[in-house]
Amino acid sequence: MFDSLSDRLEGIFAKVRNRGRLTERDVDEVSREIRLALLEADVNVRVVKAFIARVKERAVGQELSKALDPGQQFIKIVHDELVETLGGTTGKLTMSPKPPTVVLLAGLQGSGKTTAAGKLARLLKSQGLQPLLVGADLQRPAAVEQLRVLARRVDVPFYSDASDPVSVARNAMAEAGRLGRNIVIVDTAGRLQIDSELMDELRAIDAAVQPQNTLLVVDAMTGQEAVNVAEAFNETVGLDGVILTKIDGDARGGAALSVKEVVGKPILFAGTGEKLDEFEPFHPDRMAGRILGMGDVLTLIEKVESTFEEEEKRRAEEMLQSGRITLEDFLEQMQQVKRMGPLQNVLGMLPGMPKELRNAEIEDKEIAKIEAIIRSMTPEERRKPEVINGSRRLRISQGSGTSTSDVNNLLKQFKQVQQMMKGMPGAARKGKKGKKGKGPRLPVGGGLPGGIPGLSSR
Amino acid sequence: MIVLVVLVVVVIVLVAGGVVLVRRARTKEHPGVEGEPEAPSRASAASTTEEIPTPTVEELERLLEAELEEPPADSAVVAEAEPEAAVEAVPEVIEKARLRDRLGRTRSAFAGAFGRMRGRKVDAETWDELEEALLLADVGMTTTSQLLDAVRTRAKETSATEPDEVIALVRDEVVALLDGDTTDRTLHVAGDELNVWLFVGVNGVGKTTTIGKLASQQVADGKRVVLAAADTFRAAAADQLALWAQRTGGEIVRSNQDGADPGSVVFDAMSAASSRHADLVLVDTAGRLHTKANLMEELKKLRRIVDRTPGACKEVLLVVDASTGQNGLVQAKQFADAVDVTGIVLTKLDGTAKGGIVLAIQSELGLPVKVVGVGEGVGDLIEFDSSEFASALFEGIDAG
Repeated sequence: MFDSLSDRLEGIFAKVRNRGRLTERDVDEVSREIRLALLEADVNVRVVKAFIARVKERAVGQELSKALDPGQQFIKIVHDELVETLGGTTGKLTMSPKPPTVVLLAGLQGSGKTTAAGKLARLLKSQGLQPLLVGADLQRPAAVEQLRVLARRVDVPFYSDASDPVSVARNAMAEAGRLGRNIVIVDTAGRLQIDSELMDELRAIDAAVQPQNTLLVVDAMTGQEAVNVAEAFNETVGLDGVILTKIDGDARGGAALSVKEVVGKPILFAGTGEKLDEFEPFHPDRMAGRILGMGDVLTLIEKVESTFEEEEKRRAEEMLQSGRITLEDFLEQMQQVKRMGPLQNVLGMLPGMPKELRNAEIEDKEIAKIEAIIRSMTPEERRKPEVINGSRRLRISQGSGTSTSDVNNLLKQFKQVQQMMKGMPGAARKGKKGKKGKGPRLPVGGGLPGGIPGLSSR
Repeated sequence: MIVLVVLVVVVIVLVAGGVVLVRRARTKEHPGVEGEPEAPSRASAASTTEEIPTPTVEELERLLEAELEEPPADSAVVAEAEPEAAVEAVPEVIEKARLRDRLGRTRSAFAGAFGRMRGRKVDAETWDELEEALLLADVGMTTTSQLLDAVRTRAKETSATEPDEVIALVRDEVVALLDGDTTDRTLHVAGDELNVWLFVGVNGVGKTTTIGKLASQQVADGKRVVLAAADTFRAAAADQLALWAQRTGGEIVRSNQDGADPGSVVFDAMSAASSRHADLVLVDTAGRLHTKANLMEELKKLRRIVDRTPGACKEVLLVVDASTGQNGLVQAKQFADAVDVTGIVLTKLDGTAKGGIVLAIQSELGLPVKVVGVGEGVGDLIEFDSSEFASALFEGIDAG
């Protein structure tokens, strides 16, 4: 398959970094590569054009003259431009001074409106608001039922009736008043932007409930079409924001850039998984960071934070500082990492990960095998692997259902790992920067968080 | 194993490094990330973790095996539509839409890129415009370059200098790519035996709707059809399918509760179908992102259950939304690896989305488009026509 956008840009910037200066021709060349990368990431052709033009302008302009490190400068320019395009800050819903506040969800079929409605209700409820979910999708069979079930799951009242979408929306407003709900979330039927009948209906719903927040729900996997969709919906109902769904896949999400550029309104939320709580404010800086090959470090850190107990974190840190690691620690860490989700996903978030590693098939079976081997060792053996002799090795392999060469391999590699750890004491104390360039066997050493100083802490 | 050990260590290092980083970041300003009083992402991550220690595939299979030896009597319900109602619900003949008519919605805008090109000689700009048109149709950079390289060669050979000639060449090239010698677009059903079509795809592409439409068509064709509601995850997905069963006069096998084991639904559907001498079982599966390893394992398991009746699985259809971008190729590859996809259903082609990604899917994976969805009606699921599709790729595109 093709390189990820991150890989591409990394490749380009490696080229730029190796040169001392950035000439106009360099900028042209890099721009061409960025164009290609953005296109492969599904950014709309015309958005790419505009984007590249802006980057070029910034790059060839005054900023270059005082550049000490043109490569980094360029990365920063592209990064800033991406963040700017994606929207500088994380957006919030507009609250009506006179409750209830109305949120209207619209979009193509299958973009995830109903699910987003349920998730949004849950999020708002957890923020102390009193949402009412309204099922105005009378088109798709059982769509109302789907929302009713979701409403029950998130424990939020639900309204719908069998009249027509506009009446449902209007009646729901009365219902909200009666129940004293202060925010109303209206789910509408999916519609094609060229279906004038349904677009008229949407306009009528919009007029009936006068939403403060008309949100377009967009699938992160959408291709070039995102621009047409955003334009048409924006013209019809005047969008106030966007919800980007299904970003837990591996789509590079160029649609986000396209939609943002067209609508000019912030991407407010992102759907990050199938479960109802997997819904969060959209982080433009993280998205830009991801595109730039800095990995989604912040998300990873949040994940780590929520997965690891304080105590465990302290120990991990100690372990790193002392540079000593035993098989026991290793096993424990492995359990922690497993709790963070499939290793593959975690890897995807690591910046600067070589492609081969990122795409490596990591079989759970392999992890299980390693676990089995370690678990077949006595505590002493785990602490001091050097005591393992031939007969112990045989016992371990039999106990774990592996071969002695498997055990040997593990021990050999573990030894290398230990050496590597010793090679970077104090890494933790100095934070990320200390690790740069160390770890001879660790191909990703230079790309760990903060590999690009000054950007990751934005 | 080397890779693995290195990886685990990398993660350990990152964990510790991340902790430090967070602490540093905390002392600094960090609006929008740490400042939120309610950190929903935190909560989401926490709940993810609960899900991780899912049983391994082997365990699941053992469980399933045990379950299947003695299928609980009430694990699934076979609901048969009332015979009278069924007769009424079956339309005599389903009038199928024509691809050309539906795509015609954008035909008026045909002027677009190629209108402007006409009357000019072919030059560098022409090629740029062609490239842009293909890119705008989601054909993707790789396939676009391949196509245009081939066309350039052909243009030289035939000394084509008029834009119209070149456009015709592009169209021919697209058709050639789509219609390989071995391209088989039929949906296979054998007489006198149980046939199963399995529908897979990411979330929201239109699997359930596709099944509803196909069921109607097959019932109208005189087939006895059983719908298996193996999407037990999405709320009310089974209800949605049940409504289709009611409309079409097919039978549905579903579980009584949400979140039930989809495997047992498939198993029950298969046994119900064979005991009733049904011709065709259409299996609706939950939408899943191809990146979720455990869900892909679940899908493989469903396929294995179908394969217990050797040769029953006639089609594994990957449903792809026409508006899907380049990720469609990755999806197709992953699903093909997991369950041996036999063809593509391209849905929602009645919009302005061109579905150009199927070109890349056909060229890289050799998976043909078998049917396309061009509207909401039952007759709007139709056969794929490569030359219509090729023409439509360029329509409505205004290279302004």
